[in-house]
Amino acid sequence: MTDLTRLTVKEAGRLLRLHSISSAELVTAHVERIERLDRRVKAFLRFTPELWEKQAEEADERIRQGDPGPLVGIPMAVKDVLCVRGVETTAGSQILKGFRAPYTGTAVARLFAAGAVMLGVTNCDEFAMGSSTENSSYHPTHNPWDLDRVPGGSSGGSAAAVAAGEAMIALGTDTGGSIRQPAALCGVVGMKPTYGRVSRYGLIAFASSLDQIGPFARCVDDAAITLALMAGPDPLDATSSDRAGLDVLNNYAEGVKGMRLGVPREYYAVQGIEPGVKAAVDRAIQTFRDAGAEIVDVSLPHTDYGLAAYYIIAPAECSSNLARFDGVRYGISSDDAENVTEAYMRTRRKGFGTEVRRRVMLGTYALSSGYYDAYYLKAQKVRTLIKRDFDDAFQKCDAIVSATSPTVAFPMGSKTQDPLSMYLCDVLTLGGNLAGLPGISVPCGMSEGLPVGLQVLAPQWGENVALRVARAYEQASGVKAEVAPLA
Amino acid sequence: MLARLGLEAGDEDFYAEQLSGILAHIDRLQELDTDSILPTAQVVEVANTLREDVPRPGLDQADALANSPAAVDGFFRVPSIQEEA
Repeated sequence: MTDLTRLTVKEAGRLLRLHSISSAELVTAHVERIERLDRRVKAFLRFTPELWEKQAEEADERIRQGDPGPLVGIPMAVKDVLCVRGVETTAGSQILKGFRAPYTGTAVARLFAAGAVMLGVTNCDEFAMGSSTENSSYHPTHNPWDLDRVPGGSSGGSAAAVAAGEAMIALGTDTGGSIRQPAALCGVVGMKPTYGRVSRYGLIAFASSLDQIGPFARCVDDAAITLALMAGPDPLDATSSDRAGLDVLNNYAEGVKGMRLGVPREYYAVQGIEPGVKAAVDRAIQTFRDAGAEIVDVSLPHTDYGLAAYYIIAPAECSSNLARFDGVRYGISSDDAENVTEAYMRTRRKGFGTEVRRRVMLGTYALSSGYYDAYYLKAQKVRTLIKRDFDDAFQKCDAIVSATSPTVAFPMGSKTQDPLSMYLCDVLTLGGNLAGLPGISVPCGMSEGLPVGLQVLAPQWGENVALRVARAYEQASGVKAEVAPLA
Repeated sequence: MLARLGLEAGDEDFYAEQLSGILAHIDRLQELDTDSILPTAQVVEVANTLREDVPRPGLDQADALANSPAAVDGFFRVPSIQEEA
């Protein structure tokens, strides 16, 4: 009997349409695996049986009527920052404990319409701020490849769920690397689209000019189809592009022969890169050469300033976005305050964790009068320089390849005392957010028994290019995302 | 105070030390000459998005109040915002 929790979406879709399996069976297999393993992995915060029962039944009916949709009946997990009507959605924070979203966000609604079946809500760093999922106010998530290590973050629950065979696909969000980095650390595929490709309606905002929703999957094809079905214009998000979602699939199955792939020297030799990670990237570069791609040396000269610019812009936007959590309209509240200011203080004291406070303080400081020019405006100007670096590099190459994370998954607790060391996890990914680029991480082998991720960045609106390079690597290398060997 | 975080005694030293380290890193931006560089606030080019001004239903009152910790008679209840005269 086939293990239904190891299938790709494509394989499961074939079996569903042959009526060899039903969506209900597929969902049950995943729920049983969750019941067996998630006490140790802790990828999920809560489950949605009322949704999966109804959606699986509807999917099976659609399949009976011959619906060829690729996601009909496919089990999916959703990060705890995406609103789903009637489902408790908390952004990993105590301040939203008990909040049941009054509506469903666009990306999730489109995947529901495409027939995906929601299993539950996955853990994340509080308000998506972090790179290890240790900042969740509920519990940390464990890496399925080594339960003593972090899954990465902030979308660590979604990455771990897909890596553990607890969900076939999952949704995450990426503000500085929060999809790509956990995908790399958990050995799965994760993609951040171009800013504006996927509507942010129904996403609890962290940094509005950087946030994007994207998919996790166990192969590039599955990530591509999931992205295609949630992308595209949405009147409810004025920053969503009018480009059709299906554009992301244009020519993406062609190989890399004749393509020019840039290796930025600043990324290749980034400070702190582990030898095992570098070796895996070297092997990937050789794989591209053997497949007929031309490897080009490129430079992103402002790389060293990216982290500094990011840690002004993202906290500044977050301090503004998080001002709405005041305990009046939703979330926890303080009932014994004497006046409204004290009520705000008590609610936010009780509701926000350490990292969120740190960033709110940093952002408030960077935006305050007298410091605005030196910090926020300066960072926005440096953002222009970083974007120009990429524009120049893409004159010489079609896509950029590098490691996704300088390290493999690190032991739990090893970076929590030093925020700057945690921030450095995103040094290879946050440039893509500052420049609005699409980026994907695909597994590219192991180092010290842990997965390594290869990042492919493409010019804005070049998801099809990033997917094409990633898919060509997957095909040529034979390296496939596997379900972690959890007993 | 500005961010209404409600910090308590002892918090200040804890955050001051960490934030100093982060700000020291951030200060490297001052090395760059950006006098002639325009800031980027919006990273992709989008024109103003317009639509027909057609009325449509919003969130209804029951849904809007459903998550409130203290809803009274169709309102959000808050502590007093003015001192008594």
